[in-house]
Formats: sequence, C-alpha cells, structure tokens
Amino acid sequence: MTDIVATHRPSSGIAATLRHARYVVSENRVTGFAFGLFLVIVLAALIGPYVVPYDPLASNTTAALKPPSMQHWFGTDQLGRDVFARVIVATRLDFVIAVTSVALVFLMGGLAGVAAGFFGGWTDRVVGRVADTIMAFPLFVLAMGIVAAMGNTVQNIVIATAIVNFPLYARVARAEANVRREAGFVLAARLSGNSEVRIVLAHVLPNIMPIMIVQMSLTMGYAILNAAGLSFIGLGVRPPTAEWGIMVAEGAAFMVSGEWWIAFFPGAALMLAVFCFNLLGDGLRDIVDPQRRT
Amino acid sequence: MTAIPLLDVRDLTVEFSTRRGAVRAVEHIDLTVAKGETVGIVGESGSGKSVTSYAVMRILDRAGRIPEGTIRFTGIDVTAASEDDMRQLRGREMSMIFQNPRAALNPIRKVGRQIEDVLTEHVKASSHEVSEKAIEILDQVRIARPRERYHAYPFELSGGMCQRVVIALALACRPQLLIADEPTTGLDVTTQKAVMDLIVELTRERAMSTILITHDLGLAATYCDRIVVMEKGHIVESADARAVFTAPSHDYTRKLMRATPRAGASLRDLLPETAPATASVTKLSPRSESRAPLLLVQRLVKEYPRKGSTGFRGIFDKLTRGGPAPEPDMFRAVDGISFTINRGESVGLVGESGCGKSTTSTMIMRLIDKSDGMIMFDGENIGDIPARQFSRLPQRRRIQMVFQDPTDSLNPRFTAARAIADPILRLSDIKGADAVRARCEELARQVGLPLELLDRFPHQLSGGQKARVGIARAIALQPELVILDEPTAALDVSVQAVVLNLLQDLKESLGMSYLFVSHDLNVVRLLCDRVIVMKAGKIVEEGPTERVLSAPEAQYTRDLIAAIPHPTFVSQHTEPHRAATL
Repeated sequence: MTDIVATHRPSSGIAATLRHARYVVSENRVTGFAFGLFLVIVLAALIGPYVVPYDPLASNTTAALKPPSMQHWFGTDQLGRDVFARVIVATRLDFVIAVTSVALVFLMGGLAGVAAGFFGGWTDRVVGRVADTIMAFPLFVLAMGIVAAMGNTVQNIVIATAIVNFPLYARVARAEANVRREAGFVLAARLSGNSEVRIVLAHVLPNIMPIMIVQMSLTMGYAILNAAGLSFIGLGVRPPTAEWGIMVAEGAAFMVSGEWWIAFFPGAALMLAVFCFNLLGDGLRDIVDPQRRT
Repeated sequence: MTAIPLLDVRDLTVEFSTRRGAVRAVEHIDLTVAKGETVGIVGESGSGKSVTSYAVMRILDRAGRIPEGTIRFTGIDVTAASEDDMRQLRGREMSMIFQNPRAALNPIRKVGRQIEDVLTEHVKASSHEVSEKAIEILDQVRIARPRERYHAYPFELSGGMCQRVVIALALACRPQLLIADEPTTGLDVTTQKAVMDLIVELTRERAMSTILITHDLGLAATYCDRIVVMEKGHIVESADARAVFTAPSHDYTRKLMRATPRAGASLRDLLPETAPATASVTKLSPRSESRAPLLLVQRLVKEYPRKGSTGFRGIFDKLTRGGPAPEPDMFRAVDGISFTINRGESVGLVGESGCGKSTTSTMIMRLIDKSDGMIMFDGENIGDIPARQFSRLPQRRRIQMVFQDPTDSLNPRFTAARAIADPILRLSDIKGADAVRARCEELARQVGLPLELLDRFPHQLSGGQKARVGIARAIALQPELVILDEPTAALDVSVQAVVLNLLQDLKESLGMSYLFVSHDLNVVRLLCDRVIVMKAGKIVEEGPTERVLSAPEAQYTRDLIAAIPHPTFVSQHTEPHRAATL
C-alpha cells in the first residue's frame, strides 16, 4: 500500500489557516499594514471613549476654533469641543453601524443567494428580481429614501445600508452556490440521507463562507461611507453626537475661513477606515483563495 | 537522422520557489530528441514530465526557474534566448497540444479564425489566402466538411473534434517539434485512437519530432520510438519502446508495467510482488438466501427536452402548431434498457461518453427520476419513489455509490472522519459521538486508511487516500448494491491497482454487488463477472466478461476493444497467454 505516505504535517484546519494568514500578512506588507490599521480601529472602538483626554460633548466657548496644538492635538471646533476626542469616540458608532449592517445583509443576502443558487427555479427568479430592483436605484439615493421614510435613527441607517448592499451579497452567494449545486460532495450528501435544507446549510454554506467573509470586508468600507454620508446630509445620526459624517458636515462651513482641522481630521479618519477595509478585503481574498492572488 | 539532435537537454534542473523554500520538480535530466523521432515521456502525477516540457517551451510560471542545465533546440540555447526569440520559436518551430482541448481554444472565436490567427502571426500570409489555408488545414486533421466547420465555435464541436482543431493549430506553421501533453486524457478510447493515429501520421509525413507526455505506458509503447520513464523528477529509464515494454530494467518501470491493467493479468497481478498480503477477511454468507435478482431493470427510459423546446419559444411553437408537442422535442438519453444484477455479482456498464451509462446509474441510484420503465430492487419497485423523497427512506442505506472524482466528492470543509460519519449520522442506528467514531475507525481499517489520517481535510490527503475515504463512506451503511462510477479514473495506475484490489476484497468480505460504470474495458475485465456494453442509450451487447472481451459479437464492442492501445510487438506474444488465462 504505497499511497499511504504521510506527506503533510498533521495539523487541524484552524492551525493551518492561522499559519497561512501569518504567511500572507508577512509576505504582503500592504496586507500587514491593513491588519495593523484594523487593530487600531477596533481598539479605538473598544476603549476609545474611556481614554480620550476630553469629553467629546463638552463645549468650551473660550477655547473655540483653536488650531492643532500640544493641548488639543486635532484642534477644537466652533463650540470648543476637542476634535481628537470626537474623532476617536466616533469610531465606535461608525464601526458598530458598519458591523451590524454587514452582519444583517450577510444573513439576508447570503441565505437568499445560497437558496437561489442551490434550488434555482422560482427561488432564483424571485431573489434575482428583488436584487435587480434594488440595483435599479442609485444606491445612495435609495438609502436616503429609506431613512427619510422610516425615520432618522441609527437602527434605520443600519437597515438602509443593509438593503442597498443586498444585491452584492445575493449575487456572490448565488454564483458560488450554483457552481457547487452539482458537485460530487453534494450528491454524496444526498446519498448519505441529508435533506435538501441540511445540504444547503451544512454542506454548501460553509464552503462559500470564505468568499462571503471577503465580501463582508469589502462592503464594510462602503457601509461606513454610507452611514457617514447619510449623517453628512443630515439624514443620519443627529448632532451633537460625535460621528465622522456630521463632523465633516459641520467643519465644511469653516474651511473657507481657514479652520481646516475641523473637517480634515474626521474626513481623514473616514478615509483611513474605508481604505483599511478595502485593503483588508484584498488580503483576506489572498488567504481564502490563493488562485486569485494578484 | 542527423548527427546533431533537434532537441538536446543536458543536466536540466527546474525548481519552484514556494513558501517552504525551493522545490526541485526536475533534477539533472538528460533528454535528446532526434529529427523525426517520437519520444514518449511516461510517469505518474508529480513525476515532472509536464514541467520538463514547459521548460523546453520556456513557459514555466513565474515561480519556476532553471538553475542548472542547458536546453538546445536546433542549436539555439533556449535557457538564454530572449523573450522575442522565444515567441518566434513557439508556434513556428515548436508547438504544444494541451490536455484539455476545450480550455486551449478561445470559446468565443470561430475555430477557423483561431487557425488564421496563428498563421498571420507567424507566416505573414495575406488575408484572403489565409482563410483558404485554414480550411485546408482543417481538412488535413480530418474534420469533415471543413468549409462549414470553419465557422463553428468550440462549444459546437465534440471533445475529439476540439482536439483535432488544437492539433490543427499546433501544426499550422509546420513546426519541427510537437509536444503533446496528455493529448487524449478525457477522450473516449475510439476517439483516442483516432487522435493518436492522426498525430502520428501528420508528424511522420512532415518528418517532425514529437514528444508524447502520458501516464499510459501502453499508449506510449504503441506510438513512440523511444520511451523515457520519469519518477519524482528523475529519469529512471530511457530506451527504445520495445525494450522498455518487453524487458524493463528499472524497478519503477516494472512496477508501472505490473500495475497497468492488461489482457491476461488478474487483479492480484497488478500489485507489486512485495506487497503485503491483504488482511484475510472472513467471508460472509450471502445475506439473503433468495435467488431472485437483487436489481431488475426493465425498459428503463430517460428523456430530456431538447434545446429550445422549453421556455417561451417552445411554448410559442407548441401553441402555433396546436395539439401536444410531437416526439422529437425529447432526447432519449437512455432508451429502454433492461438488465439484472444478482446478489454478490459485479456487472460492468461500459460505453463511451454520452452513451447514457451515467444517466442509467444515477437513475438506479435514485438521484434523478426515470421517464419510463421499472427499477426493482430486492422485489420492491423503487423506480416509482420520487428522487426527492428517496434520500430519507430506509432503502437509501441499501444502495450507495463511489464517485468518479475523489476530490470533488469530498466536502472540502469536512475531515475524513466527518465525511465517513455523514451517512452514519443521518441513516444508521448508531448514536452517540463515541460509537460513531468507533464505526469510522472500523471502516478506516477495512479500507486501509491509517487512523491518524481521519482528522485531516481532503486537501491534506493524496488521491489514493481520498479514494479510500470515498469508499469507506459508501460502505458505511453496509449497502447491498454499490455503484462504482469510474472510481479509479482520476488515479495513477499504481494507486488504481491498489484501489481495485481493495474493492474486490470488500466485495467478497461484505457480500455486496457492484455496478461498475467505466469506459475502460481493461479495468472492467479485472473486476466484473458480467459486462453490458451501451451505445446511444441502448444495450448493444451483454454477457460474461470473458466471452464479451474475447469473442465480441457486436461490431461496436469489437471497435472498442480494437481501440485499446496495444503495442504491435507484444500482441502475438500475449495472445496465447490470454487465451489460456481466460
């Protein structure tokens, strides 16, 4: 029996994945940087509010519109609030909106897409047409409409962001499930007595998870941008809450008179966050699918 | 033959940089091809045979490099030539035929146009000449009605036809060297014979040299002047075809020769002499004393709607014609076949691709519904149970299947143990994690899978190990009928030999019946008591394996047998031997 020669180190799937992740991060500096930035964002979201030097909501009119200094690293705004504290504290809100909306759209779009791809027929037609309908709108305008109609709350921003991302998830999940529909392991699962629903949930879904996770990271940046955008035009979170979109909107009025820092720092934070999630998505794609590596 | 060989490879080493450092795919090999010579490179997967040819063409991917050795082609040093020079060489002086002809053709360009592309790139012919020339070339590769086929897209042609187009592309500029990398893998035997005959004839008539890369020693011996046997990046034997085939000098070649299914060899003959005797397993008496056949198939029919007969167009046509749709809307993949399988019997179902053998087996498997006819399993008409419901019925346990591709049929996210446990968890009475694990280990022992491999994922297992996992899963519920769908088609010959022996042992020890679906008559000969030959949805011949293979009645069966590659210098030698053993 010559074919039984151990050529691989015995390793569980998780350990191998971690080893592979470490390899990708160390091999690709950009991905390493993105992971670093991601950790900073998560850290800011978790402990930011407890470590910032000033209360992000406390106004101090005597110290209004001060440029960046040792005391106020990012300067102060028109009400004398510390911009640094507000940028850090806003991380949590923006991050939470992005994460919950992505989780929601993953559940809705992912499941609908997998069902459409696997079962085909009417399920496929219905899911496909719903996705087409959503795609027919300019997405940001659709999100605006949903929030305007349903009311100006964080919950509705999450729902609106999830709905506009639905087609992306449904289509990716559908395509991935569709190619696995006739796979040998699906037939084998059928022979093993699995019901169709169990085949979808226990056999097909875990196989497309890696691709979905990449998709989640890529749309995370868009979700943050969407939430900030809604706040920017006054449809999202309301002042005086610290939120990047509002801060940019408020600071924009002062740009002309030279107080650039009020809009610049939250804008830069927004840009870094979106940048980070996009890079992270590319890195994750390398981890889960080495063939698509660029 | 000239004194200077056309291709002269000296001391060639190819390495690939990977994460774990440089891996040498090919080490210090020497290879010469004289003008007009056909050289076969034979070896199992991972032996470095394809890498060698890629190095010659200098189409190694970015990770590959040539640290040592020289490759001289008509005096030009390929390792040192500029990319521009190489581009001139490739296609005009040397060209290549790949394994999958469909992937090698541009799917959205007419085949005639693709031939023109090559011609205009290298020959600088004027545009109106070039289309005539393309048609002429299509004619030379025996494509019927070349003027029409010029306008065909690759998807409109069969696999064999596509391979002819690829050959036409490769030969369009009359190169001096043709490298054929497994040109007939995935093609039927009769198509294989036609394609190989064509390659040999065209290259002979143009005095071209050919390198034929294959895993099939028989094929190489039939068509090559000289054979080079490779193992793990080294050349272990290089001699003329007759010498290699009749008197192999290296152990590896002998092992490869032994493992190749051939006339007059029994299953045990395929294993190396040193192989440990397989564990003797106590034979079970047949489970049921009843003499009735286990499976009785009668007038089984499967129809598929033809292209264009469904959807709006089809409905529109039906409405305008009035009345029910006439017959020709349906395509009969399986056309009224009847046969039986007795308890403990192995029946081979043989035919070329598209003959309906897979459709038949999937219907018996109850994965798809029949259109008409009857499937009786142990006296019960299981054909009437809808396929959707069948997976949860107790009968499911009694019919199982081993799939063609061991990689595709294992869930990449399941460990070997989890894959084997799946049917046990769903359909058996064994409950509790420990009991299930114990059953998995018992099965692993039965199929010869080391227990420490049970916690590995499919990508951490070799092809043979994956095949064992698939077999363990199929026998987990102690089925009475197992359908084997070309279970060894994706395996190397030496692994195939081991797996076929395993299947035979399991059948004897567990008292199962097999329906063995295959296109390879030599493999069927080894494992089956009876054989059914199918063509275009119908059974053309049926009978005991020995009788059908030694004295075929149907012309189609005779064609199939004649198409098996068979070196001329051994046929007379083995004929009496075969007659004696059968």
